Amino acid sequence: MAALCRDCLTLADPGARRRCPSCFSPRLIDHPERDELSLAHIDCDAFYAAVEKRDNPEIRDKPVIIGGGTRGVVSTACYIARIHGVRSAMPMFKALELCPHAVVVRPDMAKYSDVGHQIREMMLDLTPLVEPVSIDEAFLDLSGTEKLHGAPPAHVLARFAKRVEDEIGVTVSVGLSYAKFLAKLASDAEKPRGFSIIGRKEVMARLAPLSVGALPGIGKVSAERFAAMGYRTIADIQRVEQSFLARQFGEDGFRLWRLAHGIDDRRVEPERDAKSVSAETTFSTDIADAETLLPVLMELCEKVGRRLRQSELAGRTVVLKLKTKDFKSRTRNQTLPEPTRRAAKLYEIGRDLLHRELDGTRFRLLGIGVSDLYDADDADHGDLVDTKAKRGAELEEAMDRLRAKFGGQAVTRALIMRAPDDDDAEEAED
Amino acid sequence: MQVTVERSALLKSLGHVHRVVERRNTIPILSNVLLRASGGVLGLKATDLDLEVTESLPADVTQPGATTVPAHMIYDIIRKLPDGAQVSLETTGETGQMLIRSGRSRFTLQTLPESDFPDLAAGDMTHRFSLPAQELRRLIEKTQFAISTEETRYYLNGIYLHTAENDGGPVMRAVATDGHRLARVETAAPSGSAGMPGVIVPRKAVAEIIKLVETAGEEVGLELSPAKIRITFDSVVLTSKLIDGTFPDYQRVIPANNDKTLIVERGDFAAAVDRVSTISSERGRAVKLAVSDGQVTLSVTNPDSGSAVEELQADYAAAPIEIGFNARYLLDITEQLDSDTATFKLADAGSPTLVQDREGASALYVLMPMRV
Repeated sequence: MAALCRDCLTLADPGARRRCPSCFSPRLIDHPERDELSLAHIDCDAFYAAVEKRDNPEIRDKPVIIGGGTRGVVSTACYIARIHGVRSAMPMFKALELCPHAVVVRPDMAKYSDVGHQIREMMLDLTPLVEPVSIDEAFLDLSGTEKLHGAPPAHVLARFAKRVEDEIGVTVSVGLSYAKFLAKLASDAEKPRGFSIIGRKEVMARLAPLSVGALPGIGKVSAERFAAMGYRTIADIQRVEQSFLARQFGEDGFRLWRLAHGIDDRRVEPERDAKSVSAETTFSTDIADAETLLPVLMELCEKVGRRLRQSELAGRTVVLKLKTKDFKSRTRNQTLPEPTRRAAKLYEIGRDLLHRELDGTRFRLLGIGVSDLYDADDADHGDLVDTKAKRGAELEEAMDRLRAKFGGQAVTRALIMRAPDDDDAEEAED
Repeated sequence: MQVTVERSALLKSLGHVHRVVERRNTIPILSNVLLRASGGVLGLKATDLDLEVTESLPADVTQPGATTVPAHMIYDIIRKLPDGAQVSLETTGETGQMLIRSGRSRFTLQTLPESDFPDLAAGDMTHRFSLPAQELRRLIEKTQFAISTEETRYYLNGIYLHTAENDGGPVMRAVATDGHRLARVETAAPSGSAGMPGVIVPRKAVAEIIKLVETAGEEVGLELSPAKIRITFDSVVLTSKLIDGTFPDYQRVIPANNDKTLIVERGDFAAAVDRVSTISSERGRAVKLAVSDGQVTLSVTNPDSGSAVEELQADYAAAPIEIGFNARYLLDITEQLDSDTATFKLADAGSPTLVQDREGASALYVLMPMRV
């Protein structure tokens, strides 16, 4: 089969020299199951250190240790520092004994988080099925994306690794397989800048020499428990019958046997980043009457509706938030029969919730939002009673389009025209 | 108060009233049943402030009077007494207790004063008429399943009872919907019902009425006002508040122009739906109906567990159509039908479907399709 070059991304026969015929790179992928696997684990290499080196070229060729924060332990060691034996979670004084000339950098979590999110966004360009494990690693399920990308997952991932290097300036290691824990084993197998594949045919042989502790969910204690019964390597488990292991260790044994045979049914579970969408405003003077509050509520509902539509989301629980003039918070919520992204629906519910709170109290803040988020596809179908849902949703989408074309003030609801100006209004979204 | 009654008569009457009493009550008096003895009659009354049931039974009244005792407890006591026993109920004056004696058993129960017992002031009833018990039962039984439990649309939490014109004649209709399905059942309008207000009878009252009417004789009396409904038969009177809201204009969602008629054997169809839906998940209960010439294919696909297909003969001659329904709803509706066949009137995969025994039947059901 033709080999895929990770540097110039071409497919060609490498010939006897095992190098890319176009760019002479030795970084080739020619695994026989390369184009059949679609579950990946992507892990950034010495992430914090890599970001610091990117931002400060002077330390690029020096051993760099990120750490020394509050706890005085190594958070991340770059690969040069690792040559000297420095490891993560090692006490700082010990690390500096091993590598006295290391450059110590205090962690800048805000920066790493930013870079992590940039990389996450790039992952989401590949597939919506991205399950972040931490700031710098994630599982990706690329099944069924071949048509979309015009290339099999392995090719797409190689392209991704190169894109991260080129655009972000840090390197990643990719593990490709058919199950989560195998993908993770693979990405660990060849670091840094790795691309490793574990195929179905070789899985037994690849797992056999590893210690039982390499399996997910087996910590030090259970590994010792299994070792005491004679199971030190995965090969020891592969040798026995599943039912035998299940008798010996119960459900754990059952699970362990499956993992040792490369069976792992856990799916890639994408995370929903937003848990709610809302908008709120603080008034310049405290307000108690419906007359003044309702137009503001409508305006906020419009804003929330627009945000929901922009992010292809819908919410099923409407949350009204009020803050009294003496800073006491009141939140009230109402769950709907189906998710919505209609401002009109939010307003209808929000108005009822608000009316119950109007007892003469003066409010300094009013907010409305939705939680319990769903896909936009699940929203506003309406039913036998609510027959206007679908048309209402379409109307609001049309209003969005008009605003996009003619500007924000092009169309508005009559009620909003009465809203007072709030020069010092604040908005929030979480 | 001192009174002697027959155990089985008392048990039957308590059985009627005690169900109204909520098991958990924050207001102690609402846990009690009111007993009032006078003129050869023992009257019982229970309420939850929205619903009130009274009943009377013949009794040997030695000393007239009234008191209240815990409803579920006295019911359980009477239930456990031997059949055929005589029961004596006697208040013990100052100590505020009631003594129950039967054979060798004696119970004393704490009472609460009769004067604390709330009265569901009925006010003036504007309309009175009577309905055969069997017809009232039918109106309720066939619509009850479609009542919504959703709080947002509280006006759907009951059966909408009203009069209407159908084919030039006045009818009385019961309608219930939860938005996904709708049931509409009608009967000839009883005399005296003309001009009655359309009323929404709440779910709990509906459930009580259906249980009470099971034992009713021929005719049931109905009285209405815009705020209350009262049902009277034999010696039982049920009064309930109505849901204060506007029932939606259901008539416009009943499809009139669905031109694709599908007729299936009702029993076979229900059994097949039940079978294929075994495979479906808790969340998505959709069954797909692929209807073509003379046949309907039911199928369920559940990505987590597998799939199921079953073919049925059907009477169908229109253009082929594929449409999905919630299996539970299909079963609920086919269960309500009376004839051997079920007639579906379909339009398209996104529009409400009409289900009936046969065209023009007095009960009709509307079902929202699901995306499949």
